[in-house]
Amino acid sequence: MKALTVHQGLVAPLDRANVDTDMIIPKQFLKSIKRTGFGKNLFDELRYLDVGEADQDCSGRPLNPDFVLNQPRYKDVSILLARQNFGCGSSREHAPWALEDYGFRCVIAPSFADIFYNNCFKNGLLPIVLSEQQVDDLFAACQTEEGFNLTVDLERQVVVTPGGDELSFEIDPFRKECLLKGLDEIGLTLQEEDTIRAFENKHQKKFPWLFQELA
Amino acid sequence: MAGRTLYDKLWDDHLVKSRDDGSALLYIDRHLLHEVTSPQAFEGLRIAGRQPWRINANLATPDHNVPTTLNERNAGIEGIVDPVSRIQVQTLDDNCDEFGITQYAMGDVRQGIVHVVGPEQGATLPGMTVVCGDSHTATHGAFGALAHGIGTSEVEHVLASQCLVAKKMKNMRVRVEGKLGRGVTAKDIVLAVIGEIGTAGGTGCAIEFAGTALEDLSMEGRMTICNMAIEAGARVGLVAVDNTTIDYIRGKPGAPKGADWDAAVNYWHTLHSDVDAVFDHEVILDAAAIEPQVTWGTSPEMVAPVGASVPDPDQEADATRADGIRRALQYMGLSAGQALTSIQLDRVFIGSCTNSRIEDLREAAAVVKGRKVAETIKEAIVVPGSGLVKQQAEAEGLDKIFIEAGLQWREPGCSMCLAMNADRLGEGEHCASTSNRNFEGRQGFGGRTHLVSPAMAAAAAVTGYFVDVRELMGDAA
Ligand code: SF4
Repeated sequence: MKALTVHQGLVAPLDRANVDTDMIIPKQFLKSIKRTGFGKNLFDELRYLDVGEADQDCSGRPLNPDFVLNQPRYKDVSILLARQNFGCGSSREHAPWALEDYGFRCVIAPSFADIFYNNCFKNGLLPIVLSEQQVDDLFAACQTEEGFNLTVDLERQVVVTPGGDELSFEIDPFRKECLLKGLDEIGLTLQEEDTIRAFENKHQKKFPWLFQELA
Repeated sequence: MAGRTLYDKLWDDHLVKSRDDGSALLYIDRHLLHEVTSPQAFEGLRIAGRQPWRINANLATPDHNVPTTLNERNAGIEGIVDPVSRIQVQTLDDNCDEFGITQYAMGDVRQGIVHVVGPEQGATLPGMTVVCGDSHTATHGAFGALAHGIGTSEVEHVLASQCLVAKKMKNMRVRVEGKLGRGVTAKDIVLAVIGEIGTAGGTGCAIEFAGTALEDLSMEGRMTICNMAIEAGARVGLVAVDNTTIDYIRGKPGAPKGADWDAAVNYWHTLHSDVDAVFDHEVILDAAAIEPQVTWGTSPEMVAPVGASVPDPDQEADATRADGIRRALQYMGLSAGQALTSIQLDRVFIGSCTNSRIEDLREAAAVVKGRKVAETIKEAIVVPGSGLVKQQAEAEGLDKIFIEAGLQWREPGCSMCLAMNADRLGEGEHCASTSNRNFEGRQGFGGRTHLVSPAMAAAAAVTGYFVDVRELMGDAA
């Protein structure tokens, strides 16, 4: 997993509440058995004017000129500014994979759906919750100022605006640690192997039927 | 000390370790797998050189991509026309073989939608922790099990360590008190709940569904309700264990045997919230006031009783909501103030992990019996949740009732719930669907989904419009 410490990047505003995972990555693209390559179909239905198919070459597809990410000024974007309840819908991890593959490292919104929020951290993507007011202000700034950049300092838990304002955000310390170091969560858990075995033995004595073989 | 909620009890019984940062390692008893969210997890295991921690905790079945027509089905995996679907199903097969995981593969009568199969096999038991790379895992909470969806990284995590890094959720209780009216089902309850609390109403919570209306429900009905906890924003839905639960499990292949059965039943009887347990939120609904529900928009909370009309965004004070309504009406091709009963349907889908169990099929069959699918309906399909549900329905003659009425009787799978196989809506088509999501494009690009109960879907099939199913029941009686 890619570590994230301080990230400076261009910001694109996606002005829509309740963006669900079907919108982030429509289901016809979930059929891949790989973890990479979903970026070209990120927001597929909003981004292209035709209907996308899995395994299709997207370079010649007609782009929707009204969609924010298709505007030349947002070409090298890496921070997505979004509205409330971003990532609602299914638990599919393809949503953060697609965002990450496209080049996003952070998503800023007033609120996120639970599962999506969790899934981001597992994929080196940082979801940042700011207040409605702060998000409104960023939308305004982003829309007026071409090339609007933000700096995300994870260690200090602040988003720094070009004017030098610091917007602080909350993050769970464990997730922060993993993201800062780019640590694999499974490896961390397996360091507790003995504790897990001990629990399992006790659990099996108490509830032997849970360990029955399935036919 | 205040009493504990059912969720608290389940959490405590699976807590391996609390970490300083407030997260915890939770032991997972049952891990269900399907072909869509598992390939990358197995890929991850192989890349890291890890082995599954406890093979017999895992159970797999392909469901999302399997074709539902007999022709395609009979040819097995090779017969799946869509190459990408075929690769996914084949990959699940290969991974289960490689790691020795029990799989109910295509062609096995036990194959079906993973959330139908688990309970049916007794692979889901009260007091378990159950996870699956699928948000509708909440379904299994109907058994007093702590069940929720996980992402693919977590699928890999559970495979490798039998544990999940989790954070304790808040406790919420939704009490539905009183008697349901005739023709009103579990699906209507859960749609009404979502209409009441909204799709973010349960965010961060485990919702326990309780009250006399829940106690009166069968396990099928309770599963329908827990299934859609996720549409109410909660990852976990729960129902306390009672005799209905225990009767359902008795005799299932995975049910405890001999002395274990007695010990298990004793333990299961403790799986309810203590009377003095404290909930962070509580919502109470009057069962008698719930009417058959129909969604009119592109979110499950955009729902109304069948006798109502499509809302007018200009009457909505909140600007974001008004905007949402406007967008939804445009997508759905509906106008403000239009009666729900004036919506003409193109297709009908009876199936999905919400409503494809035997009881659902019986309810739908009772409505279409002796009637014909309306001529304006292009296609009406019934997709049983598993091979065993299909078998049971055929033993009861339900297939004949459907076929005689002009509905198609299909092979088990997710089918048109999410249109990953060939079953899907055309652009602009309206569908009466017993599934759980009406998001834009969910059932096919430009498709317009209306969520309803099986009885309401059946009624829509025979009239071609939404109609209060109680009217049809009236003249059948
Ligand atoms: S039936 Fe629908 S909701 Fe249920 S598991 Fe299948 S795709 Fe998901």
